Amino acid sequence: MRGPDVSWYLIVSAILFSIGVLGVILRRSPLIVLLSLEIMLNAANLALISFARLHGDHDGQIFALAVMAVAASEVVVGLGLIVAVARRKLVLDVDRFRVLRG
Amino acid sequence: MGDILVWAIWILAAGACLGSGIAVVSFGNPFFSALALIGNLASLAVLFLLASAEFLAAAQVLVYAGAVMVMFLFVIAYLGGRADTPFEGGPSWVSAGAVVAATALLVEIVVVIGLKAGDALSREADIERSFGSPAEIGRLFLTDHLLAFEITSIVLLVAAIGGVILGTKTRDEDELDRLGESA
Repeated sequence: MRGPDVSWYLIVSAILFSIGVLGVILRRSPLIVLLSLEIMLNAANLALISFARLHGDHDGQIFALAVMAVAASEVVVGLGLIVAVARRKLVLDVDRFRVLRG
Repeated sequence: MGDILVWAIWILAAGACLGSGIAVVSFGNPFFSALALIGNLASLAVLFLLASAEFLAAAQVLVYAGAVMVMFLFVIAYLGGRADTPFEGGPSWVSAGAVVAATALLVEIVVVIGLKAGDALSREADIERSFGSPAEIGRLFLTDHLLAFEITSIVLLVAAIGGVILGTKTRDEDELDRLGESA
Protein backbone atom coordinates (compact mmCIF):
# COMPACT_ATOMS: atom_id res chain seq x y z
CA MET A 1 0.00 0.00 0.00
CA ARG A 2 1.69 3.18 -1.15
CA GLY A 3 0.28 6.63 -0.58
CA PRO A 4 1.50 9.96 -1.93
CA ASP A 5 5.21 10.78 -2.09
CA VAL A 6 6.91 12.90 0.53
CA SER A 7 6.94 15.82 -1.92
CA TRP A 8 3.13 16.05 -1.70
CA TYR A 9 3.32 16.32 2.07
CA LEU A 10 5.95 19.03 1.70
CA ILE A 11 3.78 21.02 -0.70
CA VAL A 12 0.84 20.89 1.75
CA SER A 13 3.19 21.94 4.53
CA ALA A 14 4.53 24.88 2.48
CA ILE A 15 1.02 26.10 1.59
CA LEU A 16 -0.07 25.78 5.21
CA PHE A 17 2.96 27.75 6.36
CA SER A 18 2.16 30.54 3.87
CA ILE A 19 -1.44 30.66 5.12
CA GLY A 20 -0.06 31.10 8.63
CA VAL A 21 2.27 33.89 7.50
CA LEU A 22 -0.67 35.62 5.82
CA GLY A 23 -2.68 35.43 9.04
CA VAL A 24 0.14 36.82 11.17
CA ILE A 25 0.70 39.78 8.82
CA LEU A 26 -2.91 40.58 7.92
CA ARG A 27 -4.92 40.06 11.09
CA ARG A 28 -4.92 42.56 13.94
CA SER A 29 -6.54 40.56 16.71
CA PRO A 30 -3.71 39.09 18.86
CA LEU A 31 -5.79 35.93 19.37
CA ILE A 32 -5.92 35.20 15.65
CA VAL A 33 -2.22 36.02 15.31
CA LEU A 34 -1.59 33.31 17.94
CA LEU A 35 -3.84 30.86 16.05
CA SER A 36 -1.94 31.58 12.83
CA LEU A 37 1.33 30.93 14.67
CA GLU A 38 -0.05 27.53 15.62
CA ILE A 39 -0.75 26.84 11.94
CA MET A 40 2.86 27.70 11.06
CA LEU A 41 4.26 25.46 13.81
CA ASN A 42 2.07 22.60 12.62
CA ALA A 43 3.18 23.08 9.03
CA ALA A 44 6.77 22.69 10.26
CA ASN A 45 5.71 19.57 12.19
CA LEU A 46 4.21 18.06 9.05
CA ALA A 47 7.48 18.64 7.16
CA LEU A 48 9.50 17.09 10.01
CA ILE A 49 7.29 14.02 10.13
CA SER A 50 7.31 13.50 6.38
CA PHE A 51 11.13 13.72 6.35
CA ALA A 52 11.24 11.22 9.22
CA ARG A 53 9.15 8.89 7.03
CA LEU A 54 11.44 9.51 4.04
CA HIS A 55 14.59 8.54 5.91
CA GLY A 56 12.96 5.86 8.05
CA ASP A 57 14.43 7.56 11.10
CA HIS A 58 12.62 8.64 14.26
CA ASP A 59 14.62 11.82 14.91
CA GLY A 60 12.15 14.00 12.99
CA GLN A 61 9.24 12.69 15.05
CA ILE A 62 11.11 13.35 18.30
CA PHE A 63 11.77 16.89 17.12
CA ALA A 64 8.10 17.33 16.22
CA LEU A 65 7.14 16.31 19.76
CA ALA A 66 9.55 18.91 21.15
CA VAL A 67 7.95 21.50 18.84
CA MET A 68 4.54 20.52 20.26
CA ALA A 69 5.77 21.12 23.82
CA VAL A 70 7.25 24.49 22.86
CA ALA A 71 3.99 25.43 21.11
CA ALA A 72 2.01 24.57 24.24
CA SER A 73 4.28 26.79 26.36
CA GLU A 74 4.01 29.56 23.79
CA VAL A 75 0.22 29.40 23.96
CA VAL A 76 0.31 29.62 27.77
CA VAL A 77 2.51 32.71 27.76
CA GLY A 78 0.76 34.31 24.77
CA LEU A 79 -2.72 33.87 26.21
CA GLY A 80 -1.44 35.11 29.59
CA LEU A 81 -0.18 38.28 27.89
CA ILE A 82 -3.48 38.77 26.05
CA VAL A 83 -5.48 38.37 29.27
CA ALA A 84 -3.12 40.78 31.07
CA VAL A 85 -3.57 43.33 28.27
CA ALA A 86 -7.35 42.91 28.36
CA ARG A 87 -7.43 43.38 32.15
CA ARG A 88 -5.67 46.73 31.79
CA LYS A 89 -8.57 47.73 29.56
CA LEU A 90 -6.37 48.35 26.52
CA VAL A 91 -7.63 47.77 22.99
CA LEU A 92 -6.82 44.27 21.69
CA ASP A 93 -5.17 45.29 18.43
CA VAL A 94 -1.60 44.37 17.54
CA ASP A 95 -1.15 47.64 15.64
CA ARG A 96 -1.71 49.59 18.86
CA PHE A 97 0.81 47.72 21.01
CA ARG A 98 3.69 50.15 20.62
CA VAL A 99 5.41 50.07 24.00
CA LEU A 100 6.30 47.12 26.20
CA ARG A 101 6.18 48.75 29.62
CA GLY A 102 5.09 47.00 32.81
CA MET B 1 -7.14 -0.86 -4.53
CA GLY B 2 -5.32 -0.05 -1.28
CA ASP B 3 -3.35 2.65 -3.05
CA ILE B 4 -6.48 4.40 -4.26
CA LEU B 5 -7.95 4.31 -0.76
CA VAL B 6 -4.80 5.83 0.76
CA TRP B 7 -4.75 8.54 -1.91
CA ALA B 8 -8.44 9.30 -1.38
CA ILE B 9 -8.03 9.68 2.38
CA TRP B 10 -4.88 11.74 1.86
CA ILE B 11 -6.58 14.15 -0.56
CA LEU B 12 -9.56 14.48 1.76
CA ALA B 13 -7.35 15.21 4.77
CA ALA B 14 -5.08 17.62 2.88
CA GLY B 15 -8.08 19.48 1.44
CA ALA B 16 -9.72 19.75 4.86
CA CYS B 17 -6.42 20.88 6.33
CA LEU B 18 -5.87 23.68 3.79
CA GLY B 19 -9.53 24.74 3.77
CA SER B 20 -9.74 25.02 7.54
CA GLY B 21 -6.39 26.85 7.55
CA ILE B 22 -7.83 29.50 5.23
CA ALA B 23 -10.95 29.59 7.42
CA VAL B 24 -8.85 30.30 10.54
CA VAL B 25 -7.26 33.31 8.86
CA SER B 26 -10.44 34.70 7.27
CA PHE B 27 -13.14 34.35 9.96
CA GLY B 28 -13.94 37.62 11.72
CA ASN B 29 -14.97 36.01 14.99
CA PRO B 30 -12.03 34.43 16.90
CA PHE B 31 -14.38 31.77 18.28
CA PHE B 32 -15.04 30.40 14.78
CA SER B 33 -11.34 30.72 13.96
CA ALA B 34 -10.48 28.55 16.97
CA LEU B 35 -13.09 25.97 15.94
CA ALA B 36 -11.64 25.93 12.42
CA LEU B 37 -8.18 25.40 13.91
CA ILE B 38 -9.47 22.32 15.75
CA GLY B 39 -10.54 20.92 12.37
CA ASN B 40 -7.16 21.86 10.93
CA LEU B 41 -5.30 20.03 13.70
CA ALA B 42 -7.52 16.96 13.44
CA SER B 43 -7.00 16.65 9.68
CA LEU B 44 -3.26 17.14 10.21
CA ALA B 45 -3.41 14.19 12.62
CA VAL B 46 -4.79 12.10 9.75
CA LEU B 47 -1.84 13.16 7.57
CA PHE B 48 0.52 12.24 10.43
CA LEU B 49 -1.08 8.79 10.57
CA LEU B 50 -0.60 8.32 6.82
CA ALA B 51 3.09 9.25 7.28
CA SER B 52 3.24 6.45 9.89
CA ALA B 53 3.62 8.72 12.90
CA GLU B 54 1.03 6.97 15.07
CA PHE B 55 2.07 8.29 18.45
CA LEU B 56 2.32 11.84 17.14
CA ALA B 57 -1.14 11.66 15.61
CA ALA B 58 -2.54 10.63 18.98
CA ALA B 59 -0.56 13.35 20.78
CA GLN B 60 -1.76 15.89 18.23
CA VAL B 61 -5.40 15.13 18.97
CA LEU B 62 -4.93 14.90 22.75
CA VAL B 63 -2.56 17.81 23.36
CA TYR B 64 -3.43 20.20 20.56
CA ALA B 65 -6.99 19.68 19.45
CA GLY B 66 -7.85 18.83 23.05
CA ALA B 67 -5.97 20.71 25.73
CA VAL B 68 -4.49 23.72 23.92
CA MET B 69 -7.65 24.56 21.99
CA VAL B 70 -9.84 24.29 25.09
CA MET B 71 -7.54 26.86 26.71
CA PHE B 72 -7.96 29.08 23.65
CA LEU B 73 -11.74 28.78 23.77
CA PHE B 74 -11.77 29.63 27.49
CA VAL B 75 -9.77 32.81 26.89
CA ILE B 76 -11.99 33.80 23.95
CA ALA B 77 -15.06 33.26 26.14
CA TYR B 78 -13.45 35.30 28.94
CA LEU B 79 -12.72 38.21 26.60
CA GLY B 80 -16.22 38.04 25.14
CA GLY B 81 -16.96 40.70 22.55
CA ARG B 82 -13.63 42.40 23.10
CA ALA B 83 -11.82 39.58 21.31
CA ASP B 84 -13.57 40.60 18.10
CA THR B 85 -11.16 42.79 16.21
CA PRO B 86 -12.80 43.28 12.83
CA PHE B 87 -10.90 42.46 9.68
CA GLU B 88 -9.89 45.99 8.71
CA GLY B 89 -6.72 45.01 6.92
CA GLY B 90 -5.35 48.55 7.18
CA PRO B 91 -4.39 50.33 3.97
CA SER B 92 -4.84 48.19 0.87
CA TRP B 93 -1.10 48.19 0.14
CA VAL B 94 -0.52 46.39 3.43
CA SER B 95 -2.82 43.53 2.44
CA ALA B 96 -1.33 43.43 -1.05
CA GLY B 97 2.18 43.36 0.43
CA ALA B 98 1.18 40.56 2.82
CA VAL B 99 -0.19 38.45 -0.01
CA VAL B 100 2.93 39.08 -2.10
CA ALA B 101 5.20 38.18 0.84
CA ALA B 102 3.32 34.97 1.61
CA THR B 103 3.29 33.93 -2.06
CA ALA B 104 7.00 34.70 -2.41
CA LEU B 105 7.71 32.54 0.64
CA LEU B 106 5.63 29.69 -0.79
CA VAL B 107 7.34 29.86 -4.20
CA GLU B 108 10.73 30.02 -2.50
CA ILE B 109 10.09 26.91 -0.39
CA VAL B 110 8.73 24.92 -3.34
CA VAL B 111 11.62 25.95 -5.62
CA VAL B 112 14.26 25.11 -3.01
CA ILE B 113 12.71 21.71 -2.31
CA GLY B 114 12.41 21.02 -6.04
CA LEU B 115 16.02 22.02 -6.76
CA LYS B 116 17.64 20.40 -3.75
CA ALA B 117 15.75 17.17 -3.48
CA GLY B 118 14.53 16.39 -6.99
CA ASP B 119 13.53 12.76 -7.31
CA ALA B 120 15.28 11.75 -4.07
CA LEU B 121 11.94 12.52 -2.41
CA SER B 122 10.18 9.62 -4.11
CA ARG B 123 12.48 6.94 -2.66
CA GLU B 124 11.07 6.30 0.78
CA ALA B 125 13.05 4.15 3.17
CA ASP B 126 11.68 0.76 4.13
CA ILE B 127 10.31 0.82 7.64
CA GLU B 128 9.28 -1.76 10.17
CA ARG B 129 5.72 -2.07 11.38
CA SER B 130 6.67 -0.57 14.73
CA PHE B 131 7.84 2.70 13.14
CA GLY B 132 6.35 5.65 15.01
CA SER B 133 4.70 3.52 17.69
CA PRO B 134 4.54 4.82 21.28
CA ALA B 135 7.00 2.13 22.39
CA GLU B 136 9.64 3.24 19.87
CA ILE B 137 9.22 6.95 20.61
CA GLY B 138 9.31 6.33 24.36
CA ARG B 139 12.45 4.21 24.12
CA LEU B 140 14.22 6.91 22.07
CA PHE B 141 13.15 9.64 24.48
CA LEU B 142 14.66 7.78 27.42
CA THR B 143 17.87 6.76 25.63
CA ASP B 144 19.16 8.78 22.65
CA HIS B 145 17.15 11.95 23.25
CA LEU B 146 17.14 12.10 27.04
CA LEU B 147 18.57 15.63 27.10
CA ALA B 148 15.85 16.94 24.78
CA PHE B 149 13.25 15.27 27.01
CA GLU B 150 14.62 16.92 30.16
CA ILE B 151 14.94 20.33 28.50
CA THR B 152 11.33 20.04 27.32
CA SER B 153 10.21 19.48 30.90
CA ILE B 154 12.10 22.59 32.03
CA VAL B 155 10.55 24.65 29.22
CA LEU B 156 7.07 23.53 30.27
CA LEU B 157 7.80 24.34 33.92
CA VAL B 158 9.06 27.83 33.03
CA ALA B 159 5.96 28.42 30.88
CA ALA B 160 3.69 27.33 33.73
CA ILE B 161 5.42 29.71 36.16
CA GLY B 162 5.26 32.49 33.58
CA GLY B 163 1.55 31.88 33.09
CA VAL B 164 0.94 32.16 36.85
CA ILE B 165 2.99 35.37 37.11
CA LEU B 166 1.17 36.93 34.15
CA GLY B 167 -2.15 35.89 35.67
CA THR B 168 -1.66 37.44 39.12
CA LYS B 169 -2.89 40.98 39.67
CA THR B 170 -0.34 43.75 40.12
CA ARG B 171 -0.81 46.71 42.47
CA ASP B 172 -1.45 49.08 39.55
CA GLU B 173 -4.37 46.99 38.42
CA ASP B 174 -5.87 46.94 41.91
CA GLU B 175 -5.79 50.75 41.89
CA LEU B 176 -7.30 50.78 38.40
CA ASP B 177 -10.13 48.58 39.64
CA ARG B 178 -10.73 50.84 42.65
CA LEU B 179 -10.84 53.91 40.39
CA GLY B 180 -13.30 52.11 38.14
CA GLU B 181 -15.54 51.28 41.11
CA SER B 182 -15.56 54.83 42.54
CA ALA B 183 -16.18 56.44 39.16
